[in-house]
Amino acid sequence: MKVRSSVFASFILILEAVGVALFLRGFFPVPLKSSLSSKSKLSDLPAEPLAGSSPNSSRLPQPLFKRVVIMLVDALREDFVFGPNGRSYMPYTRHLVERGSSHSFVAKARPPTVTMPRIKALTTGTIPGFIDVVMNLNSPALLEDNLVWQAKAAGKRMVFYGDDTWVRLFPKHFMEHDGTTSFFVSDYTEVDNNVTRHLDSTLKRDDWDILILHYLGLDHIGHISGPHSSLIQPKLLEMDDVLKKIHGALVSKEAEGSLPYLLVLCGDHGMSETGSHGGSSEPEVNTPLVLISPAFKRKVGMEKPEVVEQVDLTPTLALGLGLPISQNSVGRLIPGVLEETSLRDQLRFLHLNGHQLSCLLKDSTPDYEKEAGFEQFRMAERAHGSWMKLFLEGNTSEVLTNMGRKVLKQYLEALASMSSALSKQLGKYDMYSMVAGMVFVFQLLLVLLLAMPEALSGEATVDLPVLSALLSLPFYLLCLLLASVHVLVCTSAESSCYFCSLSWGLVFAAVALSSAMFCILISMAMRRLPLGPLIHGKSPSRSSEWSLSELDVLLLAGTVGHTLSLAASSFVEEEHQIWYFLLNTLCLAVFQDVCRKYFREQSASGDEEEPVLPSRDCHPSARSRAEVLPERWLALATPPFTLVCCRLLRSLNQTGVQWAHLPDVGHWLNSSEHRTLLSLLAAFCLFLIYFLVQRRCSWVSKVALALGLLGVYSYRAAVGNVGFPWQRSGSATSKGTVEARFVYVFILGILFTGTKDLLRSQIVTADAELKSRGLWEIYSGLVLLVSLLFRAHNLPVLCCCLLIQTLMAQFIWKRLHYDAAQTTIMHYWFGQAFFYFQGNSNNIATVDISVGFVGLESYVEAPAVFLTALNTYAGPLLWACHLVCYLSSERGRRSPVAVGHGCYCLALLRSVPAAAYIVLVTALRYHLFIWSVFSPKLLYESMHLLLTAGVCLFFITMEQSPGSSKS
Amino acid sequence: MWDHEIRAMASTHAIIAASVFMATVVPAALVRGFSVYGTHLPWLYAVSGAVAAVSVAAFWLLGISPPTKKHTLGYKEFPKSRCQAFSKGSQDKLIYKLSRLFRSCVYFFLSCLFFHAVVVLYGAPLIESALETFSLAVLLTSLTTLRCLCVLGPNVQAWIRVFSRHGAMSVWDTCLQITVACTLVGAWVGAFPIPLDWDRPWQVWPVSCSLGATIGFLTGLVAAPAWIHYHRKQLTYKCK
Ligand SMILES: [Zn+2]
Ligand SMILES: [Zn+2]
Repeated sequence: MKVRSSVFASFILILEAVGVALFLRGFFPVPLKSSLSSKSKLSDLPAEPLAGSSPNSSRLPQPLFKRVVIMLVDALREDFVFGPNGRSYMPYTRHLVERGSSHSFVAKARPPTVTMPRIKALTTGTIPGFIDVVMNLNSPALLEDNLVWQAKAAGKRMVFYGDDTWVRLFPKHFMEHDGTTSFFVSDYTEVDNNVTRHLDSTLKRDDWDILILHYLGLDHIGHISGPHSSLIQPKLLEMDDVLKKIHGALVSKEAEGSLPYLLVLCGDHGMSETGSHGGSSEPEVNTPLVLISPAFKRKVGMEKPEVVEQVDLTPTLALGLGLPISQNSVGRLIPGVLEETSLRDQLRFLHLNGHQLSCLLKDSTPDYEKEAGFEQFRMAERAHGSWMKLFLEGNTSEVLTNMGRKVLKQYLEALASMSSALSKQLGKYDMYSMVAGMVFVFQLLLVLLLAMPEALSGEATVDLPVLSALLSLPFYLLCLLLASVHVLVCTSAESSCYFCSLSWGLVFAAVALSSAMFCILISMAMRRLPLGPLIHGKSPSRSSEWSLSELDVLLLAGTVGHTLSLAASSFVEEEHQIWYFLLNTLCLAVFQDVCRKYFREQSASGDEEEPVLPSRDCHPSARSRAEVLPERWLALATPPFTLVCCRLLRSLNQTGVQWAHLPDVGHWLNSSEHRTLLSLLAAFCLFLIYFLVQRRCSWVSKVALALGLLGVYSYRAAVGNVGFPWQRSGSATSKGTVEARFVYVFILGILFTGTKDLLRSQIVTADAELKSRGLWEIYSGLVLLVSLLFRAHNLPVLCCCLLIQTLMAQFIWKRLHYDAAQTTIMHYWFGQAFFYFQGNSNNIATVDISVGFVGLESYVEAPAVFLTALNTYAGPLLWACHLVCYLSSERGRRSPVAVGHGCYCLALLRSVPAAAYIVLVTALRYHLFIWSVFSPKLLYESMHLLLTAGVCLFFITMEQSPGSSKS
Repeated sequence: MWDHEIRAMASTHAIIAASVFMATVVPAALVRGFSVYGTHLPWLYAVSGAVAAVSVAAFWLLGISPPTKKHTLGYKEFPKSRCQAFSKGSQDKLIYKLSRLFRSCVYFFLSCLFFHAVVVLYGAPLIESALETFSLAVLLTSLTTLRCLCVLGPNVQAWIRVFSRHGAMSVWDTCLQITVACTLVGAWVGAFPIPLDWDRPWQVWPVSCSLGATIGFLTGLVAAPAWIHYHRKQLTYKCK
């Protein structure tokens, strides 16, 4: 079966995306789930152990606290409270910590340190998997057993003010709530005032049991200006005042005889030195946890706070409120909280926590009996039983107390080891799905590689021996073999595999596809093998042609080197450095090529003074010198200009990890005193974008483009990033919905015109001019969309992208006769570098989710995800689209198969690192940085693969026409 | 065929390599606290100075520069022929030599600036550690440009010829290509360890790059005569 290379490449890429999806499903562990589908109930709680007689006392311990106030300050870092600056940042809190009746801890948050997974961890006690980060974009109601649900079921009345993630996670759980959205990051006063304004009235009332406050302002300040900005101290003082107010109100309300209150101050995650979060560095992970209640002993001075896990708060709060612990919680009770209760109650609490953990352990591990913690718990339970027996007999001797202490210690040890065993489970991988996905991806990659000579040949078609493969005996044998392997693995493995849970039809399709691929692979390899020496022996001209220029060597070495560099965590963190470095070298190599071409041409075309080269074939310089000269100088100036552009762009956004804290131009531009400059820059960039893009459009699109770019500027002005000269800076900012929609109309208009031109050129007239115009119009629609989405300070990135594309196309790629493969690789490198120029990194924290709201009143999933993906991958997409446009509009002058070659190269360039990365990640799955560094990169890689598959489909439609126009 | 030249080349290279070695060892023996990482910049200057002095001396003694006069470029040929025609003798020769020296110095300085600019384009900080960057530029210049100046003279046309494909016209040209390429590739590769989070002393800017350049240069010194020796059958120079 003969297929064109672009069809072949897209087909392979799409299948690869499926394989990678299967791999991802296996790689990201499914959250730990108890087998019981219902939630924990009070009636299910175990009885108090009692040796000898049957357990008669199922008494539940008294709740410890009557009212609980949880004050969650987003991105509150541990050192903001406990550090040397804590005294000036939060004086009242610090006083309570040092002298009040309180307990303070450093609570370790697990990565990903992003708000929603952290809220889930705090309420369910589980450690949410990495995949929750992706789900952060839309947070459906939390269905798992959780504290809030338990509290509601027990009839507690809850009030919530703050981040509306809570309201979305727990709809209808709160008696009263007021959610504030966290997407307008530039606002750090309103969000908190919205919470505080309810406080006075709420604190006066008596009709609630749990009050949850989630303050977002600190996090927003961190995102804007980092943890050392001058805005931090006033904000923390404000938080301190809030705490003081709550504490005062609670103290004044406290009545004799009733249960005490509990005030919890905590952070969901910390803040890195740059002010972002999401990773696993110390400042991001360490959050303060301060528990204040008259039930605790008074402190006599500052002690070094103990380190606990963030999830430990869940069982502590549950037991403190007399609620059952949520089923899937892996936390353990904080023993300090119990210090003032009786020994019997202490043991009872620990027993309840241990029982819950052991149930979870039983459900999640097949050989739970071998776990040390489980055994310890059984022993402690038995000792507890005999202690109870003695206790109930009225024994009050010293011996009993000592024995009780021993049991307590046993319980604590059992809890610690069970909790750690459970946390470790979360790192378990579904190896079978991973291997299946990996094998599949590698088969496809090998097919892609083996097809290289054919795909890059003059015909650009690949002969896939599909029929012969499907009809051969090995195919059926392989099918049988794979199916039996599948059955064997799925029946033997105790742990659940995703691949096994698929329906039989799907599995059979996958097996058939995989064996077919294998047969195709073998037959293609067989075809290559005898052919190899044939070519070498018979056509020496061809083998001599196969010499690599320096540029080819660089392009190959760069691709291979980049793929290898993915194995080191630092190189993944600092991947932008690699691309900048390679791009720089590429520009220098191109510069050398240009120099050679023009200087040799000059010397060959006859220098008056003296010819340098011995070959003195002075062909007559027919071209007039006046015409050649400026072009030559422009061509010579293009690579240095590109280099300077890249150098400027790289100082626009500092990304990565090691040097991310360095000041960059982007922050400088965004500070309020440089607003005028930013406005001027944005206006200039938009003008330049118009100038660069409009050349190849019809006049309708030109007008639409101009109006659209004006709309972009007014959108930015409405949002408050830039200003009009006549507008005072104090004016109110809006969401800019109207302006953004105004731009959307023009984008759709331009895309429509472009599509219409394209369709007309393909169906009605085979007009190459019309077609190329249509293509460029679609491209300019994309540019307009991107310019709407980009932040104002990123507009120079777009501008430079267009400028470099124009110059390179005009003077380098065309003039130096680079073939389609070389041009594609260069486009890919530029695309990668621009991905980082716009401020992205391999960390989830740099994804700008606020673009999902451009032109929308509220969160709507599909457009928000689409816009966010488009904004994040704007660089690679723009360059890939430029490649399509450039190759297909250049086709008249070069070989007609350039588009096919380009598509094939793009597919190869994308699938080589993706496939290699899958293997690397599998090999490094127990690496320390697997969650914080390698997993986000895996998500980025797979997303990029998916997008490239989409671009390749676009390639197919472009390649269609030569066949239709020829026939 | 070129056994004599190859032997001369090998011995020159041995002397230059020895000078690099001496520049590292002698100050360490004489100056307290001198080390390659610790006092990197003095080491860098010592190596650049030693290589510069030794190569100028060696090439002057060997008399390599004449080929440039004989084979190439107009600019130098022109005054020479005139000086023969008018037989003005030694005075013109001196002026010519002085101007040549002056131009060499200017080229040297320009090349330092050029390397500095390239390194900044590669991402070195613009203002902070400008001294370090410039020192690296000086090292690169004395390892590469200085050699070009010695072999080819201050003549851009000849440089472009030598560094374009199939442009070498003598054993020394080929040798120049190899050493310069090795040095630059060494410096290029030397930049790779910088982003790694190992916190080693040699990851500090510009230690790894200058070490890479020096090691590349030494490799080039060894590789060039060896390569020429093993490929002497295939090598054909059009003008020789
Ligand atoms: Zn948060
Ligand atoms: Zn945040």
